[in-house]
Amino acid sequence: MKADPRGVLTGVHFIDGDHACCEGALAAGARFAAGYPITPSTEVVERFAARVPTVGGTFIQMEDELAASITLQGAVWGGAKAFTVTSGPGFSLMMEHIGYAAMTETPCVFVDVQRGGPSTGLPTLPAQADMMQARWGSHGDYEIIALCPNSPQECFDLTIKAFNLAEEFRVPVMFMMDEVVGHMTEKVVIPPADEIEVTPRRHTHKAVEDYLPYQTNGDMVPEMAHAGEGYRFHVTGLTHDERGYPNMTPQTQDKLVRRLQNKVRAATDRIAMFEEEQLEGADVVVVSYGITSRVAQRAIDVARERGMRVGKLRLITAWPFPENKIRELAAEVKAFVVPELNLGQMVREVERAADGRAKTYPVSHAGGGVHNPEEILRVIVEASRCR
Amino acid sequence: MPVKDVGLVDQGVVNPVEPFLRSDRMPHIWCPGCGIGTTVNCFARALIESKIDLQSLALVSGIGCTGRVAGYVKLDSFHTTHGRAIPFATGLKLANPKLNVVVYSGDGDLSAIGGNHLIHAARRNIDLKVICVNNLIYAMTGGQTAPTTPGHATTSTNPYGTFEPAFNLPHLVEAAGAVYVARWTTFHVRQLARSIGEAFQKKGFSFIEVISPCPTLYQRRNKMGDGLDTMKYYKEQSKTRHGAPTSEVGLTLKGEIIVGKFVDRDRPDYQTMMRAQYVEALGERFVEAPEMVCS
Ligand SMILES: Cc1ncc(C[n+]2csc(CCOP(=O)(O)OP(=O)(O)O)c2C)c(N)n1
Ligand code: SF4
Ligand SMILES: [Mg+2]
Repeated sequence: MKADPRGVLTGVHFIDGDHACCEGALAAGARFAAGYPITPSTEVVERFAARVPTVGGTFIQMEDELAASITLQGAVWGGAKAFTVTSGPGFSLMMEHIGYAAMTETPCVFVDVQRGGPSTGLPTLPAQADMMQARWGSHGDYEIIALCPNSPQECFDLTIKAFNLAEEFRVPVMFMMDEVVGHMTEKVVIPPADEIEVTPRRHTHKAVEDYLPYQTNGDMVPEMAHAGEGYRFHVTGLTHDERGYPNMTPQTQDKLVRRLQNKVRAATDRIAMFEEEQLEGADVVVVSYGITSRVAQRAIDVARERGMRVGKLRLITAWPFPENKIRELAAEVKAFVVPELNLGQMVREVERAADGRAKTYPVSHAGGGVHNPEEILRVIVEASRCR
Repeated sequence: MPVKDVGLVDQGVVNPVEPFLRSDRMPHIWCPGCGIGTTVNCFARALIESKIDLQSLALVSGIGCTGRVAGYVKLDSFHTTHGRAIPFATGLKLANPKLNVVVYSGDGDLSAIGGNHLIHAARRNIDLKVICVNNLIYAMTGGQTAPTTPGHATTSTNPYGTFEPAFNLPHLVEAAGAVYVARWTTFHVRQLARSIGEAFQKKGFSFIEVISPCPTLYQRRNKMGDGLDTMKYYKEQSKTRHGAPTSEVGLTLKGEIIVGKFVDRDRPDYQTMMRAQYVEALGERFVEAPEMVCS
């Protein structure tokens, strides 16, 4: 279905990533946000607070992130498309409710504008060190989707994508920005509403008496109903059966938790988005994401000028990790170079997928700035000499 | 630490409230003599008497023995996370203002881990009906001290008796801004049902505290007998004082229980204030929130 034109600010803008993310959410049909202020993410909800009463919808500033991360889920069950926005410390507080959204299959978006950690860390400076937390931060086995924009334009485009994926798979989608992308101002083109595809809710068409809230038909994703429509359904974070009723047996647990995982895993290749460049015949492939991909570009260009055969793979989808892509490349190339603003997170996934067939070189950075392209170049040179 | 397989009949919770219950989920998990079933019965009676449209009614619980209420009522019902029933309910209500949203949860859930949400929802005057089953203990996890446990009570985590001062919940929520505050015990079934009905007539944050026995973990450990002895205690020691200053209704271990309707006042609820502010500030530019059904 096409976007509701009321939420779409069609035109050419010069805005930062945080504001572009807000416009993406509005274009995607988000009409509800709950948040709690935290640098460097607050501009997203500040803009939403200003815009939403002129579009039709609600913003509420909650008392903390524990509240914000569940208030938005109440709104989803009330019929809204909803999201919350935060950064490091707030993201940590939201973990229990990421698990709740996964367990109850509540489609929603969590935006994390990453800053340096741990703890209060570097409130105004970038990092990419929440990547594993986004995947594993809540207890138990579950699966989420995570996207990594590298420009304000992508903050707009991919926020729409994040909402669409949330609806398609009924999962919480993590929108993993970083401080630089959030605060960087660039040209953002917002297309007309009729050029924007939005995924509608998987709302049931079944009659009340035929509806089972967690029954699936083939594609592993159940259909939703909203409160107030007469379905009189039950939702719980306890292990539940197709009726949505608590059923705490190992059998029900096995069936439910495997489905929650498989509905995303089975679609990994379809969800996977990446940007690739000169992978054919490459000796070394630089795997990067977010702001680091833009710094890495410089290192890649210089390496190529010096005659090295360097490919580029930019992860747009971080989770589910596109391991098939890495596996295929590992059979062709000598090494992967993985720069990221953390002490080694996604590089572990690259290494796991490469499974020894190609070497893996991390280029770590504790956060607080971006890499110097020289550091990445040095590792590319080293990697291209490996056997 | 509820026991299994207690027939609902034990609670007298059959007809005419049956249409409100998920009979396919019976038997429930509550212990014999537990007060939670009694409160559910009152709730169902209040729904019948006040002729609330069940389709527009949603119930939200947190976690605990009381939190299990959400699983037994035949309504759109949400069993959320520990302490977060109120913020979940806030999102539900704001997204669909036509819903009547009830929060049904325990004293620990609402006033300890969820205490921050409780006071802020009251301050904002979110239009929610909160039913707090106060058994003075964390029951589900085995009888630990709650912020409501009266001084000198014995609990599993204060085996030598509690010494921290307890919350007086009516006083707390009144100070925070609730428009309707009442307290009853599970002995006061008719009064409780009436209060629930009255809360449905209010627009704004309403709070009904129900003092309720947990014979398994509280009464027994404090040598207060079984469910029946507790009813006797409630009957003898309760004093109805409508309009009593909430500062005077704090509870003690074996003393008097002041019950009644303490607060009944009006002030604009969150959504009314929000809309008015937008209309004033934005004029023509304000766009009414749509019916949020995005199918
Ligand atoms: C985040 C979190 N912390 C702790 C628990 C464990 N827990 C479950 S119920 C409960 C206390 C419930 O007490 P109350 O709200 O008074 O409900 P009751 O069982 O007495 O009805 C606790 C601590 C939990 N489920 N989640
Ligand atoms: S509150 Fe006490 S009596 Fe009631 S079910 Fe829980 S443990 Fe049993
Ligand atoms: Mg309790």
